[in-house]
Amino acid sequence: MSSNTTNENTTKQVTIYINEQAFLAQEGEAVLQVAMRHKLNIPHLCFHEDLPVEANCRLCLVEVLDQDRKSLTTSCTLQAREGLRVTTHTPKIEELRRTNLQLLLAKHVKRCPKCQQDLVCPAKKLIEEYHIKQHDERDEQSDASLKHQIHQMGTAAEFDPQMCIKCGKCVNVCSQIGINFLELEGKGAATHLTYSKNPQVDCIYCGQCTMHCPVTAVREQSHLSEVEAVLADPDKIVIAQMAPSVRASLGEEFGLEAGTNVEGQAYSALRALGFDHIFDVNMGADVTTMVEAHELVERLQARARGEAAALPMFTSCCPAWVKFVEFYTPELIPHLTSSRSPQIHSGAAYKTWWASKHNIDPKRLVVVSLMPCTSKKYEASLDKLQIDYQGQKLRPVDLVLTTRELGALLHKRGIDLLQLAQGQADELGLYSGAAAIYGASGGVMESALRSAAYLLTKKDLPRLNLEEVRGMKGIKRATVQIGELQLKVAVVATPMNARKVLSELKRDPRAYDYIEFMACPGGCIGGGGQPLHGTAAAIKQRTKALYQIDQNAPLRTAHSNPVVQEFLAWLEDKPTLKQQVLHTSYFAKDRFA
Amino acid sequence: MLTGQALLEAIEGFGLVGRGGAAFPVSKKWRRMRDLSASKKYVVCNASEGEIGVAKDIHILRNFPDLVIKGLLLTMDFLDTKEAYINFNKDYYSQVKTSIDALLLACRNKHFLITIFQEEPSYIGGESGALLNAIEGRKTQPRVEPPSPSLRGIHGAPTLVHNVETLYDVARVALGEFQPTRFSTILGVENEGVYCVDVAASVAEILRQTDNYPKSPFFVQVGGGASGEIMRSDQAESASLSGCGSIEIYPQSTSAYFLLHKISQFYAKESCGKCAPCREGSWAIKELIDRLDPQIADADIPWQELWPLVDLMEQASLCGLGQAIAKPLKSYARNILRQEAL
Repeated sequence: MSSNTTNENTTKQVTIYINEQAFLAQEGEAVLQVAMRHKLNIPHLCFHEDLPVEANCRLCLVEVLDQDRKSLTTSCTLQAREGLRVTTHTPKIEELRRTNLQLLLAKHVKRCPKCQQDLVCPAKKLIEEYHIKQHDERDEQSDASLKHQIHQMGTAAEFDPQMCIKCGKCVNVCSQIGINFLELEGKGAATHLTYSKNPQVDCIYCGQCTMHCPVTAVREQSHLSEVEAVLADPDKIVIAQMAPSVRASLGEEFGLEAGTNVEGQAYSALRALGFDHIFDVNMGADVTTMVEAHELVERLQARARGEAAALPMFTSCCPAWVKFVEFYTPELIPHLTSSRSPQIHSGAAYKTWWASKHNIDPKRLVVVSLMPCTSKKYEASLDKLQIDYQGQKLRPVDLVLTTRELGALLHKRGIDLLQLAQGQADELGLYSGAAAIYGASGGVMESALRSAAYLLTKKDLPRLNLEEVRGMKGIKRATVQIGELQLKVAVVATPMNARKVLSELKRDPRAYDYIEFMACPGGCIGGGGQPLHGTAAAIKQRTKALYQIDQNAPLRTAHSNPVVQEFLAWLEDKPTLKQQVLHTSYFAKDRFA
Repeated sequence: MLTGQALLEAIEGFGLVGRGGAAFPVSKKWRRMRDLSASKKYVVCNASEGEIGVAKDIHILRNFPDLVIKGLLLTMDFLDTKEAYINFNKDYYSQVKTSIDALLLACRNKHFLITIFQEEPSYIGGESGALLNAIEGRKTQPRVEPPSPSLRGIHGAPTLVHNVETLYDVARVALGEFQPTRFSTILGVENEGVYCVDVAASVAEILRQTDNYPKSPFFVQVGGGASGEIMRSDQAESASLSGCGSIEIYPQSTSAYFLLHKISQFYAKESCGKCAPCREGSWAIKELIDRLDPQIADADIPWQELWPLVDLMEQASLCGLGQAIAKPLKSYARNILRQEAL
């Protein structure tokens, strides 16, 4: 034993007994977490390993046996110690859980949009398991929370205070990423979820709250029924396009380990759902890379000529980050690249170039994006992104489903992802490895630099992998050598970290030349539309899958993608359309605007 | 006057316990706090007194403010700290402001910084984690333990919380004036008020000694209107004074509805709302009682609906305040109604 060499920093391994079975644990680790790691079911609603322990739902009670004395305690606060013995399901505990759940979930089914559509809902599982009776009229009339209505966060997400169980995870995650929009207000039974009264605070639609809600009270604004309707409409030609991150997380909705790449099965699943064409947002990402790389090069060259140039240039493919700039720091708008985002680029490519190539009336086309994100719903709904084409106003993307919604739809239709053969995307789904890594924080930067280097030096970087902008750190800084040029770059995830980097810029405006910003921890791969209760550990695994796709890809750079080359060439002699399809502009935003 | 180690030993010798309700040995608290190595420690005087019908702390603050502040200074001196807070029930502070402010000014001149935190009067405001949160400017809600607030209290520093009466006792020990007495709020009698009583006396003896023993049949609640145990008059002969030391007399004819109504209203109003069992349970109990006819016979109360809710609050609530509802209700059913199942 090395007991005399241990110090406070090394955690000790201990053996604990859960239902008489021995498990290894770190000393001091929450017993609930040990149980979860071994897939032992202890019901719980308020615990998340990356958030503060609130211990307020009280469902994870266990019985602790201490020298013949039995006591009840919550396993989320119970710390593992050598020889600890707990029982997770005694008749008494089950009775307490049932009473507790009866109080928390008696009104759930009637108000829950998922339960109403018979979709997978985590709360429904508990309701069934514990035979929770649904409420009657009398209970509803006396409900203290009845006066609180559903609040919509733009066109991205919403929360229903009447369904909320006040676990506070949404509030904590909103605070952890640095926004503090959501709050629990009031006392006792009048406690309710609401938004900050501070006029300086607004939601950025990142949807982290929706990913952490255990009872669907905070959720994306659903596009499911609209998607089902267009799929059933014979006049519509429905195109599916999947974001880079979805292929690395959709498997989790079917019980696979985080980071399993299910791209092929997902393509097949989309076909099985009845989509007419399966394309890929990754192709759009390659377009975005080209537009952004060109613009970066132009701004750098302008500065070199001594002209005014808004540097550092900021990425803009994260609509939540754009909303952050437009609301919190509108003075920085000129720094945002004018490039539209991947889903908008590819959506417009289908409705203009591809439609004309195949002689299809673009009005018949419906583009459905499958995104790890809620802010992409908001982005798709922005009127400013509509395109005037052949006398028509076209929305590049019509509908957006989150990874969770896609999972729910597949479950509803009885399509088991795991049973499907590997499918292929259709011709416009061709993408490079540089697009695949868009899902990871640092991926946009890496892709843009690969192509910017090519634009500047007419050859590829000697080393395509930019390890220094990869990984889970919230702020990554690097200096990248491109020919003669030393480019100072930063990669930032979450508004919390964005504020730090922006204040660095205030002190030293020339600290960086190019900065990637994402609202969600880890980038889109940790997006607010991803499977419920995602953890930092899961994000890490999914990220690996994305870099693996890049490593194995036959094409590694956006500029080598022939689909993108053809599309951009087609736009070349249509300057007005080109401007509309590839670029956008930004405006200072008022609260709730 | 005794200070430091000698004071600690005297406190231990007299077996001083906390008078906030939990009756934890003062010497144990002191030792534990002294042995923590920390660059900063705080002492908090808890003058919240949120229990129903209890008024002994304000009685002490009115009559012996100098002894309370002396007790606080002695505790600070023992822990070698210069900073303390008084978690002051706002209404109490306005009543004793003149004398307390003068005393604190004198302290400041001796470089002891005692800050008054004016608390919105509430039941939860006296809970140690909740009061520390309130002092730090957070929501007045209990903290998740571990770590215990004594280890990581105000701004993460070890914090010793003592009730007003406990500090008064500390001062009495230090001055060599200690007597084994405590203050008891006696309610439901002709001469309601705060009495100084012998700690060894039984509840019934206290009632006799203070000339408050009822002439008609009665039952009694000991240790706080919200969390105190309810017992018959014969049980009061041997029961000692517990909790925050109050005694409330109820005529034997008092209905179950009356008691349930009083207690359920209180918990529904005072639940802080943090944990599900107390927030939802206290509301559900209130709703259940509100639906009843006030004239309902004791036996017709829907006890079978009530007990699972009480059980949930008792066994699953996050802090002692929610858990406490079971004590009066279960003891009432067992002792007065003689419900056997409990």
